[in-house]
Amino acid sequence: MSSTFDADDKSAGTTRRRFLRGSAAAAGGTVLGAGASAAAETDNLPPNIPEWMKAPGEPMGSHPYGAPSPFEKGVVKNISKTLKQYLSASSRTPLQELDGIITPNGLFYERHHGGVPTIDPAQHRLMLHGLVERPLIFTMDELRRFPSESRVHFLECSGNPGYSKPYGKTASDLVGLVSCAEWTGVSLKLVLQEAGLKPDAKWVVAEGADAAALTRSIPIEKCLEDAMLVYSQNGERLRPQQGYPLRLFLPGFEGNMSVKWLRRLHVTAEPVYSREETSKYTDLLPDGTAREFSFYMEAKSIITRPSGGQRLSAPGFHEITGVAWSGHGKIARVEVSLDDGKNWQDARLQEPVLTRALTRFRLPWRWDGKPAVIQSRAIDETDYVQPTLSELLAVRGENYFYHNNAIWPWRIAADGEVTNALA
Amino acid sequence: MRLREICSIAVAIVVSVFAVEAQAQSLYGIGRPATAAEIAGWNIDIGRDGSNLPKGSGSVSHGREVFAQQCASCHGDQGEGGLGDRLVGGQGTIGTPKPIRTVGSYWPYAPTLFDYIRRAMPQNAPQSLSDEDVYAVSAYILNLNGLVGADAALDAKSLAAVKMPNRDRFVGDARPDTKK
Repeated sequence: MSSTFDADDKSAGTTRRRFLRGSAAAAGGTVLGAGASAAAETDNLPPNIPEWMKAPGEPMGSHPYGAPSPFEKGVVKNISKTLKQYLSASSRTPLQELDGIITPNGLFYERHHGGVPTIDPAQHRLMLHGLVERPLIFTMDELRRFPSESRVHFLECSGNPGYSKPYGKTASDLVGLVSCAEWTGVSLKLVLQEAGLKPDAKWVVAEGADAAALTRSIPIEKCLEDAMLVYSQNGERLRPQQGYPLRLFLPGFEGNMSVKWLRRLHVTAEPVYSREETSKYTDLLPDGTAREFSFYMEAKSIITRPSGGQRLSAPGFHEITGVAWSGHGKIARVEVSLDDGKNWQDARLQEPVLTRALTRFRLPWRWDGKPAVIQSRAIDETDYVQPTLSELLAVRGENYFYHNNAIWPWRIAADGEVTNALA
Repeated sequence: MRLREICSIAVAIVVSVFAVEAQAQSLYGIGRPATAAEIAGWNIDIGRDGSNLPKGSGSVSHGREVFAQQCASCHGDQGEGGLGDRLVGGQGTIGTPKPIRTVGSYWPYAPTLFDYIRRAMPQNAPQSLSDEDVYAVSAYILNLNGLVGADAALDAKSLAAVKMPNRDRFVGDARPDTKK
């Protein structure tokens, strides 16, 4: 039987120290991590002085931008090697390698429909027209003159993952089309007010300046609620892969609608019914009807450690951690089950819990070395409970494709190997 | 006297604020007016009813030629798919366990075909086809799906008049759809 304890429990420290002593006693005991390959070298270990203390390091200026340690070179975006083509394709965030709630810009997931354009910001314009009093054109410098704001939000591709097998092996394979960043830009509401909305303005059609001229229709309520025109991500200008120099950002909506390389906002009375909101990004039900304009990403969570592809080094203390998020607002609770879904207990949420943002959860755990199935489920502030895959399949069928927010359990074998329990 | 002066100034301020609002001037004065010509050059949105479709027309037979040159390498000679999406067939499969989603079986509105081909196709050179060529390719794809005749030529009016078989099968978002 696996047991858990509260992080504040006095026994926690005792147990942890006991485990650490045991680990040190096992000479060369396995430690997980991408950078541990040189562990066989003992010259740098106690009681010896490590070589990197015996000579100066690299001088200042060697890396004017900066890059991760060479020992972290395996932590990269997860890109399938067997795609038919790579112009309309996606890459996934390696969720199981990350901590906290912010996704580094270099590891932020990508989805493009016509490659990544190289746009000179001096030659980029945003046109705002349609049902407005004053059609306007903005330069990037002009957009940065508006009052700015910064907010932390997740972004998630609507198909993350699909509903049919084969299911992925790792957390990234399964739900790596979600990332989270601090976004800086101007409230779309301010820019729309600058042009003056006409009374029959009900939708805003957004278009990208990429080779797909990707087009989506956004309900005016969302545009006036919390939509942003974003030019910076995690403090620096957007990466080309994220829409440089300008993207729309719609917190909690499926990622495809946060149109990148934004060049045009067309205010209309009804949706444009573009290919991306009819032929694609509609949800096919078993009876042959299809849901359209299904915007919100519902509450979801995944345990990222321990997770598929990892191995627990030894019985004893292990922290269970992962991320949860909801397009409908804040995460209220994350529950974790250690016994294949029979019993559930609350995980601790990292503060502050932000609306429509990744929320880190943690649960201290003492693994007894026996096989176990662990899983998490998110409950958001609307009391919505993350469903199981079978509950979703019962309603939606395998051909629904988008908006799969199922609980995903991990199976831990006696040898510590972690695999997808539904695969 | 002093009070009266203050009151009159206050009234003047209130009146001028209302005047500004009546003119609906912008708050920040950022951006410049977009001209009609600039908007016309950039606005390539085609409504589901065919609104904003350009002048011109294109025939199925011309579309067959353009398709062979520009589209077939990815979508197959008969629109059967390949590197690119399958475009043809699948009618009657949408409510089955193995649905085949194509222009003919799934797309609700024919004008969207013109909109998408013009803005995004061919993938290696989007926005390179003439409006006539886009009408023609649209006509050819609809013909391959049995939705217009082999001798058809489509323009703004006739393209918008094509009734797509799956048009009435789209419904609203009924989520949350699992019990709490």
